[in-house]
Amino acid sequence: MSTSALPETASMLTLPTDQVRSILWRFADRFDLQMLVQSARGVARGTVARLVAAGERNTHDWTPLKDEMMDAFDRAGLTAVFMEPEEGGFIVGPKNLALALSAFELAWVDGGAATASLAGFLALSPIHERGTPEQAQHYMSLAAPPQPGEDRKAWRGAFALTEPIPYVGVDTGMLGGKVRIAEWKGGEEPLLHVDKRGRFITNIATANFVTAAVSSDDPRIKGSCVIILEDGDEGTFDPGTPTRKLVHQLSSTGDPIFNLKVPASRIVGGYTVKDGVIVPNFSHGEVIEAVFRRTRVTVGLMTAAKLLSAIEPVIRYQRSRFRGAEGARPGTVRYEQGIQQREDALHRLVDVWASGEAAASLGFAAARLFDELDPLEKQKTAILRERGIAGGRSEMKALRATEESAIAFLTMKPNDSRRAEYAADPLVQYVLKDAEANVLCPATKLWNTGHGANMMREAVSLMGGYGITEDCPGFLASKWMDAQLEATYEGPEAVQRRQLTVTMTSTVFLAQFRAWITEMRHIASIRPGTGACTLASAMQMWLWTLNHLQKVTDAAGNKLYHGQRQGVTFAMADALCWLLASRCQILDVLELEARGTADASLADTLRGTVQFLGDLCHVQTAKAAGEVGRICAELVFGYKKHPSWNDAGCNQCFSVDELAEFEQTMPGITSIVLDVLKADGSHPDKAGPCASCIGESDFLQMQNKLSRCLSGSRLAKDRAAETVSAVMIPEALDYPQ
Amino acid sequence: MPNALHIIVCAGIVPDPLQTLEPVTNPTGPGLKNEMVLPSVLDPWAASALYEAANLVAKNPGSKLWLVSLGPKAKLQQVMMTIAQKVAFELVPIDGPLGGFADAHATAAALADAITAIQGLDRDKLLLFGGWESATRGAGITLQLVGERLGITDQFQGVDQIDLHDDGSFEVLERVEGGKHQASVCAGAPAVLGWATGNLPEPRNNPQIGMVNMRTVMPALQKAKPAALAPNGLKYVSVSLPKQQRDTRVVKDMNSDEIAAEVVAWIGAE
Repeated sequence: MSTSALPETASMLTLPTDQVRSILWRFADRFDLQMLVQSARGVARGTVARLVAAGERNTHDWTPLKDEMMDAFDRAGLTAVFMEPEEGGFIVGPKNLALALSAFELAWVDGGAATASLAGFLALSPIHERGTPEQAQHYMSLAAPPQPGEDRKAWRGAFALTEPIPYVGVDTGMLGGKVRIAEWKGGEEPLLHVDKRGRFITNIATANFVTAAVSSDDPRIKGSCVIILEDGDEGTFDPGTPTRKLVHQLSSTGDPIFNLKVPASRIVGGYTVKDGVIVPNFSHGEVIEAVFRRTRVTVGLMTAAKLLSAIEPVIRYQRSRFRGAEGARPGTVRYEQGIQQREDALHRLVDVWASGEAAASLGFAAARLFDELDPLEKQKTAILRERGIAGGRSEMKALRATEESAIAFLTMKPNDSRRAEYAADPLVQYVLKDAEANVLCPATKLWNTGHGANMMREAVSLMGGYGITEDCPGFLASKWMDAQLEATYEGPEAVQRRQLTVTMTSTVFLAQFRAWITEMRHIASIRPGTGACTLASAMQMWLWTLNHLQKVTDAAGNKLYHGQRQGVTFAMADALCWLLASRCQILDVLELEARGTADASLADTLRGTVQFLGDLCHVQTAKAAGEVGRICAELVFGYKKHPSWNDAGCNQCFSVDELAEFEQTMPGITSIVLDVLKADGSHPDKAGPCASCIGESDFLQMQNKLSRCLSGSRLAKDRAAETVSAVMIPEALDYPQ
Repeated sequence: MPNALHIIVCAGIVPDPLQTLEPVTNPTGPGLKNEMVLPSVLDPWAASALYEAANLVAKNPGSKLWLVSLGPKAKLQQVMMTIAQKVAFELVPIDGPLGGFADAHATAAALADAITAIQGLDRDKLLLFGGWESATRGAGITLQLVGERLGITDQFQGVDQIDLHDDGSFEVLERVEGGKHQASVCAGAPAVLGWATGNLPEPRNNPQIGMVNMRTVMPALQKAKPAALAPNGLKYVSVSLPKQQRDTRVVKDMNSDEIAAEVVAWIGAE
């Protein structure tokens, strides 16, 4: 028996525990969510892992075993997460964080399983968000898993959109489905004829009902709507052929065909009749906007789960890499540390880990934000309705004055007498949170999945040849490919970038962004070492660049910041995501530091865990700062024409003789002048005189500062790497391979 | 309701067996390296007792189930997030130290005191359940000592099955040598049953059950009484894990018959 006291060094001893995670992601006070996590984990690392290990991903067909996975979701309460207690659920209040946690746990093992779980909610979401009370009650009750003593099978749903998504600047009129009136007898409910073909529809193999987006093909129906189709309706309800997917094979995907007669009462949210025309209360765009802005966050978290799930198997592989070889005897460094003797292996794993932490922090922050936003949105709608205001544009117009109050609220001093009033004003709070959510949601979806897929490649590479085999523990190769799908579905990356270019320039968001820069500087002053100061400098640069790009033109005189100029706007959206993720990561670590002290079970390890996670923040902010610096520099200078050795260019240069004269009056000038023409008119060997920085000198100063802000970030990486080389991991992965 | 039972399951929490467990000497005595930061689970043997108890309660209307557990409050709360979803019970937590190195007499005293203080407990209907072994050091006597402190003399160990009769008596199958069971008939409660694995699978998590349990679990945890376990002069000379033997050779071009023959020879040599 060795003799040692508990170490006093601030080193993380074990992988972050559930308790640490619950504090970081702010559900330590929610035992319902903690139980959900355990429940989802049981299914993920039990039923789902066994399916993957047994090769169920090798077929795109829906199999009895995959069907059993859906039953396992029911039994574990995962299907009921979306529902209210009176509908068969067990979680009271908004469910965004709950769904996010459930999807995170499932995706830890398999993204397809998480998608299969989420797709049912996606089908119910239009009904939940915009449906009439009767529709909500009816379909939620049918979809709720049977309670003990009940003899019924839960209904499953699918969501059929199959067209570009509104609010992203692309043609939103291209609906792949039509609706017309089949029969309308006086005084009776109209009977509608729906004709729709879906494409890549998830969960279609098991769907009893489908919420389908359709547009009118009849002058007696206005616009578009989402309509509920059931497999018992008169006509054709054909799930179609399964899609031959290379990824997410544990969820069913197909191209269904619907040709059905349904009552008009199936229009989601109901309808009114005006002058003999059926007017749906919500267009399909209004319905799906409410749906997707929430569900995309969970997709982003699925990729974050993959990154964090890769840590333990990679560490185990690295450490045991040489065990069994003749030259690696127990007790030797080669035996104990394996590949972890090498700095590169540790540093690359630290990068994967830091990205995973940042992605999770961003995603869970977005999920929590939607939990706060949901009740505020309901209050907002009620208040405006009382004022006789309803509908998208009227509401936006009415909220403009509130936006000014919201911005004023952000800049108020702590002792301002109006502060309490604005803090309690639901409209002000709604405007603030809505502006933030409109950015965090696409940012999560875009950055977590896109950058996450790149980092999954890195994780796989750390396993060597093992990484691309079926035997690789943790199913890393499958997760790498799955991440690419997650970057694509529910709105591919271009769609998220497009939405960000609109929402990130809102005055309310930018006012918040300015406040966040101040916040990060303050954090840096009280908690140096997290990279908060680096982040603040990078945020400052991003903001300056955005303002700059909105004012200047390119070499040809064309506007730079313009909706169609995606080379500029999309790049700025990408840069912003790095900043947002790092900010959320830092805030989470501060939360752990503040609240962890109250948890006795963390007493021995809190300091070390905070130190390590703080070092990961520092590593990540340095990377974010690098990305932002690169993108901003490219945009600020990349659209200027490089001077050439023509007359105009040469006129800006000194000649050797001129410089010699100036040196008499300004000693030292020779050393700072770059471009000097020789007496024979020849010039230095380069593309042309260096570009002037008139108008961008502030940027160069910021760039200079940002470089110096990186001080310490590699030391943090070294510290983190040392921790990774010593952190305790379980003897074996807790799910089959 | 002739067979209405009051079942108490004594179950400790232990580090997740998947973790690397390394004995160390702390200032207070032997312990496991990083024990407080290792994730915990309900002791697997006692967990079997809990599932069997829940099954009995479900089959015998009017019965009631308590789970008495001694461990750090925060750790108990973590474990409850899973266990509370499996079966319905009322938690009686005792806020005490973690680890399998506490003195069994002191532990038994704390458990017996907590059981004695349970309101509404009918000792004539009492079946005291627990594990006959433990995933920790496993003194193997704690449950018996609790029974004796409660004055229960009918005790069974290594139990795999209990069959209740209509008259309140029950038959118990205890593990004995040679993979056999000893069948005993007991006239009725009270009795102590130290369970082996039983015959029931681990129930699936059901958050609905969990939400119901949590209504009582959380307040009980908040009010958990601290118990300092006196060492009673107990000292450990040495502590070690069972030895693992690894004898790996890397060979090439060996056919399966040769490999099989070598494995058989190796087993024979053991």
